[in-house]
Amino acid sequence: MGKIVAGIGSSHVPGVGRAYDLGRQESPAWKPLFDGYVPVKKWLEEEIKADVAIVVYNDHGTAFFFDRVPTFALGTGDVYPIADEGWGPRPLPPVPGDSDLSAHIARSLVEDEFDITMCYDMPVDHGLLTPLPLLWSHDPEWNVKVIPFAVNVLLHPLPTALRCFKIGQAIRRAVESYPADTRVAIVGTGGLSHQLNGERFGFLAPDFDKEWLDRIVSDPEGLTKLSHDELMLRAGAEAVEVIMWLVMRGAMSPEVVELHRNYYAPLVTGMGLISMVDA
Amino acid sequence: MDIPGTYVFDIPRARRGYGFNRMAYSLQDPANRAIYLEDELAYMRRFELSEAQVAAVQSRDWLTLIKEGANSYMLMKLGATIGVGHYHQGAQERGESYEEFLATRNVPGAT
Ligand SMILES: [Fe+2]
Repeated sequence: MGKIVAGIGSSHVPGVGRAYDLGRQESPAWKPLFDGYVPVKKWLEEEIKADVAIVVYNDHGTAFFFDRVPTFALGTGDVYPIADEGWGPRPLPPVPGDSDLSAHIARSLVEDEFDITMCYDMPVDHGLLTPLPLLWSHDPEWNVKVIPFAVNVLLHPLPTALRCFKIGQAIRRAVESYPADTRVAIVGTGGLSHQLNGERFGFLAPDFDKEWLDRIVSDPEGLTKLSHDELMLRAGAEAVEVIMWLVMRGAMSPEVVELHRNYYAPLVTGMGLISMVDA
Repeated sequence: MDIPGTYVFDIPRARRGYGFNRMAYSLQDPANRAIYLEDELAYMRRFELSEAQVAAVQSRDWLTLIKEGANSYMLMKLGATIGVGHYHQGAQERGESYEEFLATRNVPGAT
């Protein structure tokens, strides 16, 4: 049967993708960020050996425009192209999907009363692509299949933190009812503190970020009680995307063991990284 | 809730910004970026921008665009086309020069 073998939380920031593509992993300004991922990538490759990564991310007005915005969208394709967000597509190979597992997850979620938009043909943007090469290899092909799971965190009203947690629990039920022995890692992306609009642009909240990293491990149910207003007030308007980490956390067991953690806030985003396994 | 200096992107704001955002969204196509750079005003006229949005694009007034319903990720896409980085846009939204803004950051070199 399918099994959730690892949970990861990671920020996604366009500047990180740019620095990666330019080979700035060792530059003093970027080393504290990239070094945090090195042991996680090694652990994923040598110990976790996931067949599939479900990446919970948000599209940034790339595949979806504001003419139609799905609250939850599941990739169901065999391959996802690298998006051109305006700078040209990043030099990464297209991301392979697992259409059979996607079809199973779609059926299971809908039977479980979680209605999702199904996306067979969808480019993926920095929401998914920022952490992917920091966690898995792509030389010359990706060593993991990916199922994108997109959450609307752009156009309010957004799903609640609790709804995100519950759909994560439903994703776990879906994976565990899959007949094949597929090993699945789940990645929650976004955050931590940041704001990208208005006079409050650049707002950072390291205290909030530390608390989030602690409680995503020890008190996820407490985090599901945070309102969007409270998240935006405490951590910045775009920090509300941390609710996507709760999808990942919902897919883990109630008790987890934290294995890696990193935090770096050089410019406008508190960039967090955490890994965990079921206790 | 009203958070000072914050423009939460909801349905009324998306409605107000629709023309500008639709235009910026189209700049994901490199062919459209080339046409935009040839004649900015003519390109904008192909979409239903308000006059306030057209004027704000022409004067590179990012805070006004946000107030007129621009989504920050769409500002980023326009910035990518015209060669204005998002941190430059953000500095201006804060009412600071780029240098003043960087001086407020923990590691100004991480751009
Ligand atoms: Fe995001």
